[in-house]
Amino acid sequence: MGPLVPDVIGNELNFIVALFVGVAFGFILEQAGFSTSKKLVGLFYGYDFTVLRVFFTAGLVAMMGVIAFDHWGLIDMNLVYINPTFLWSALVGGMIMGLGFVVGGFCPGTSVCAAAIGKIDAMIFIVGSFFGVLIFAEGYPLFENLYKAAPWGNVRIFNSLGMSQSLFAFLLTAGALGAFWITTLIENKINGKPNPEFSSKRLYIGLTGVALIFALSAFAMPEKRQALLAEAADAAFVQNYQAESMDCDELAFSLIDKDKNLELIDLRPKKEFDSLMLPNSIHMELENLFDKSAHNLLTVKHKRYLFLGENEIDGKKGAVLARELGYNQVFYLKGGLQTFRKNILNFSAPNVPEGVKISDTDRFRSEAVVELPQLIKEYKAKMSSAGATQAKPKRVIGGC
Amino acid sequence: MHQTKYMNPYLAGLFLGLILLVTIFITGRGLGASGAVKSAVVATVQTVTPGHTNSAQFYKEYKEEHPGNPMKNWLVFEIIGVIIGAFISGLVSNRLNLELEHSPKSTSKARIVGALAGGALFGFGAQLGRGCTSGAALSGMAVLSTGGIITMLAIFGGAYAFAYFFRKLWI
Repeated sequence: MGPLVPDVIGNELNFIVALFVGVAFGFILEQAGFSTSKKLVGLFYGYDFTVLRVFFTAGLVAMMGVIAFDHWGLIDMNLVYINPTFLWSALVGGMIMGLGFVVGGFCPGTSVCAAAIGKIDAMIFIVGSFFGVLIFAEGYPLFENLYKAAPWGNVRIFNSLGMSQSLFAFLLTAGALGAFWITTLIENKINGKPNPEFSSKRLYIGLTGVALIFALSAFAMPEKRQALLAEAADAAFVQNYQAESMDCDELAFSLIDKDKNLELIDLRPKKEFDSLMLPNSIHMELENLFDKSAHNLLTVKHKRYLFLGENEIDGKKGAVLARELGYNQVFYLKGGLQTFRKNILNFSAPNVPEGVKISDTDRFRSEAVVELPQLIKEYKAKMSSAGATQAKPKRVIGGC
Repeated sequence: MHQTKYMNPYLAGLFLGLILLVTIFITGRGLGASGAVKSAVVATVQTVTPGHTNSAQFYKEYKEEHPGNPMKNWLVFEIIGVIIGAFISGLVSNRLNLELEHSPKSTSKARIVGALAGGALFGFGAQLGRGCTSGAALSGMAVLSTGGIITMLAIFGGAYAFAYFFRKLWI
């Protein structure tokens, strides 16, 4: 499950990835003609819309890919860098960049690309951008208010607009295809002739077809996450689902035995979890099962995972969801924690008449009722001291 | 030998999009460019006046976000790659040529001044806007970030708004 950095690919190896990504990026930019300012600014004077075509095709392809990966559960979007939104700095900064574009003829990425093939104007542009950054850095206190105004957080456009991701993606795709068509007409008119380079009709039909299929499939493809959550919310479905269970005595035994291979995943609300933490248990929300951190937790060899809820069905939801997500060795607690509390933690030995042997179960429970509270107390102490340092998987820091 | 034709823009866009997608899948972040310039600025200032980087707000915030050597940065490695990749492309397509390119209706001097001023504006704007055409606009569009898309619209909108006043430089 993506992103592969940092646990599959280490942070050091990531620099090598960056180098290779850069080589591919630079090669394609140059092949597309982004190494000449004449071609780049053509977009703003109507004689060459190459930049618009390459830029929007790339944006659409990457966007559709990201949406598809997210749909299929291949990437954890909580870990992907979503450029934070600061309304005013984005608008003002963007306008200044636009001005820089028509004055200088490049943007930072393309200037590096053009400088690499010997364009002196691009090298001068890079020198200029160095001073631009320096001016911003030195004058930072003056711009800080604007820079940090209207922080909206890592919001995504479809949420800001209050529509579904699929609908936004479809509209954007349709809009881009329309723009490709119109700009070609404008270009032909301004240049007085059609561009012979763009006569490859088959390629266009192919690309448009692929784009349309992708856009339409955004509606047709059921999103894995929503479908599974709906299943887990369906009590009858969960009830009838064949999943492995564990009973309260078995759990108590494992706890006393300090079985390191049994992980407890507590799905109760955080407040209830804090008031009763079973040893070796962690708190999790049902939705977290889709995260990459859950993937890392649930795929350790030789481990078994027991889902806990206040009642049996709440815990079983987690086990069902985990099974559906392809995780093995998952169990739910028979009777839920309410039964565990009643039969084990609050166990009181029945009055047994003198001379009658007490049952094995009762004998075990009367030992457990002494030992378990001690273990629970120890675990709680350990957790509260470690709590502050516990690492949560963080979003990657990206951007420029 | 003649230089080869440029790639069909839609095909180039497809490849660029796939590169961006693979980058997001592997690293969890998109492409960028202006961040490498920022690293170079921070590294330069640090070398020239080490005391200054410890006191000025901008450098302090930068250090908080990126501890360690400013040149040991993902974007710096990526930009080194861009130089190599673009050079290889120029080599195979016969476009390696040391020249100052300017419109026939304009002069070398105007081009030099324009490139320097344009670069400064772009560098400044990219700091304010938290990324440039690659880091904010393109990568932001890929992950449908609201800020990235606003920046993208502002860049292209701004360029169109100002294009008329600088037409003598180009047409």
